[in-house]
Amino acid sequence: MAMEVYRGKGVYPGIAIGSVFVLNPPVLLPETGPAQNPAVQWERFLQAKETAELQLDALYHKTLRELGRSEALIVDVQRMMLYDLDFNQHIEHSIKDVFTSASHAVLQAGQHFTAIFSAMDDAYLRARAADINDIAQRLIDILSGRPRRPSITSPAIVLADDIAPSDTVRLDKNMILAFATRRGSVNSHAAILARMYNIPTVVQANFPTIEYGTPIQAAVDGGAGALYLQPDNATLDRLNETRLRHYSNRQKLDEVRGLPTATKDGHTVRLHANIGDTASLKAAVANDAEGVGLFRSEYLYFERDRLPSEDEQFEIYRTVVEGMKGKPVVIRTLDIGADERLPYLNLPAEENPALGSRAIRLSMNRPEMFRDQLRAILRASAFGPVRILFPMVTSVWEIRICKKVVTQAKRSLKRDGIPYGEVQIGCMIETPAAVMVANELAAECDYFSVGSNDLIQYTLVVDRKNENLNMFYDPRHPALLRMLSMAVESAHNAKIPISISGELASDPHLTETLLRMGFDEFSVSPGYILELRSRIRELDISQPPQRKG
Amino acid sequence: MKTLSHIITDELGLHARPAGLLVKAAAAYSGTNIQIGTPDNMVNAAGILKVMQLGLPKGCCLTMTFDGPREDEAAAYFEAFLKENL
Repeated sequence: MAMEVYRGKGVYPGIAIGSVFVLNPPVLLPETGPAQNPAVQWERFLQAKETAELQLDALYHKTLRELGRSEALIVDVQRMMLYDLDFNQHIEHSIKDVFTSASHAVLQAGQHFTAIFSAMDDAYLRARAADINDIAQRLIDILSGRPRRPSITSPAIVLADDIAPSDTVRLDKNMILAFATRRGSVNSHAAILARMYNIPTVVQANFPTIEYGTPIQAAVDGGAGALYLQPDNATLDRLNETRLRHYSNRQKLDEVRGLPTATKDGHTVRLHANIGDTASLKAAVANDAEGVGLFRSEYLYFERDRLPSEDEQFEIYRTVVEGMKGKPVVIRTLDIGADERLPYLNLPAEENPALGSRAIRLSMNRPEMFRDQLRAILRASAFGPVRILFPMVTSVWEIRICKKVVTQAKRSLKRDGIPYGEVQIGCMIETPAAVMVANELAAECDYFSVGSNDLIQYTLVVDRKNENLNMFYDPRHPALLRMLSMAVESAHNAKIPISISGELASDPHLTETLLRMGFDEFSVSPGYILELRSRIRELDISQPPQRKG
Repeated sequence: MKTLSHIITDELGLHARPAGLLVKAAAAYSGTNIQIGTPDNMVNAAGILKVMQLGLPKGCCLTMTFDGPREDEAAAYFEAFLKENL
């Protein structure tokens, strides 16, 4: 077989070369052969059902432990499907009236109900077809004596249609060299696992169906978004070279570990990490972050099917604060809107969520939720330096109200005899309005944090996820650069520090510009910290910028 | 026989998770016939596939009927259940 190349979307960079592991053969392959008498077939089906239930029990508990209640409920629904009256009647009819074998009867019932769900209007229910397919496949595997979705026993590149939640629990992450999926997106389970465990990943690559167990070599280039089946020697050489370059870059980066983030002429800034959970906290520490510049508290809310309690939040915040060992931690209060699916919040649908009740607007409308979060953050401040950051501010009165709620939360903690530390209050500069009133906002704040992604979106009126608008999405637009300068000037006039996060902060072509503007802190993904420090250490901003070309 | 009506306020409608909880609860009232759906399409509430196939979205008026020895008890339970979960 000659080499085949399939292009997709790279969601995590890196290169992997190895044999493939085909995760979910998309076709149901039942045993063949003539059916024995119906009574025997029915008995076999009933036994297979019991085995399947035991497997699902085990999967339920494992999922509950590793992924939480919300994902576990999906396994529970599968368990119910197993005993669903219609599903069972369909199978009973095939076995007893049409004399099919047990596995063929399951296959037909599975196809029947999968087809019904695949045709439904609701995208969420359409996706449940996968659950029915999953349960039918499980029964067929049991009936045919095939091991259920074999585990990876040696390191391999995992090829799949998509990665199911049950796969994310089941697979041994140490054995996954890379992922390549036909479907999926930056938000799919594969992408989430990839970022968590540094696995090179390509999604939406249109590779053909490969039988499970086919001995085939492959390579994945996550940075370029490519999957190679049976890569030829020239390709392997090229990929190996890229890999070596990555590796030696990595080694060079290790040399700046522990060194100050300062330009050649001695201008020092701080390099902070953006994190969202305790797994990325480890990455922040491992990459020598000088603090946490942005703890996205949203993830605490996404993980559950109800609001996280004050105590649950406190435990996580405290873990982060203690993990940073005295370095500052910026915790941003809940930053979501009606476009995020948090069913338990019962947010009314909005025509235009980007301009709707989001971030602090939402928090201010839900005083109890807001107070719980602030109390949890304040309690964590007893364990190390903490800053509270309020997202989506447009007016000075908003920050005044937020500060009042902080004061009330402090008072209630004092009443309850619960300790808290000194916290700094900061405001995100991510709307044009905030830039224009930055002087007034600075008088109320201890620091500023520019959220560059939203500032671009709200300034240029461009949704960056809309691929048709690429030509209008310009991070170097003069309007934007002027806004950034204004924000820095306002901060420094009030003698407070200003940090920048989002895409611009890690854009290598803008580092020098941002340093010259006067940003005091850069907050980036943990993986970019050493790279950015190494770049900053090579710059000299004592002289006026050189004009290129 | 008892009848209940409820307007679904959950963003996702009667999706897999609440459907699962509902079917489980309905199974606990064996001996009482519990039906769910819209007046022109009622199904047995003890079957997960049928309940999910209803595909009832947000804003939809959901009807439940209860018929049998424990109908009062079941109706009271599901009245609270619908308010909390849907």
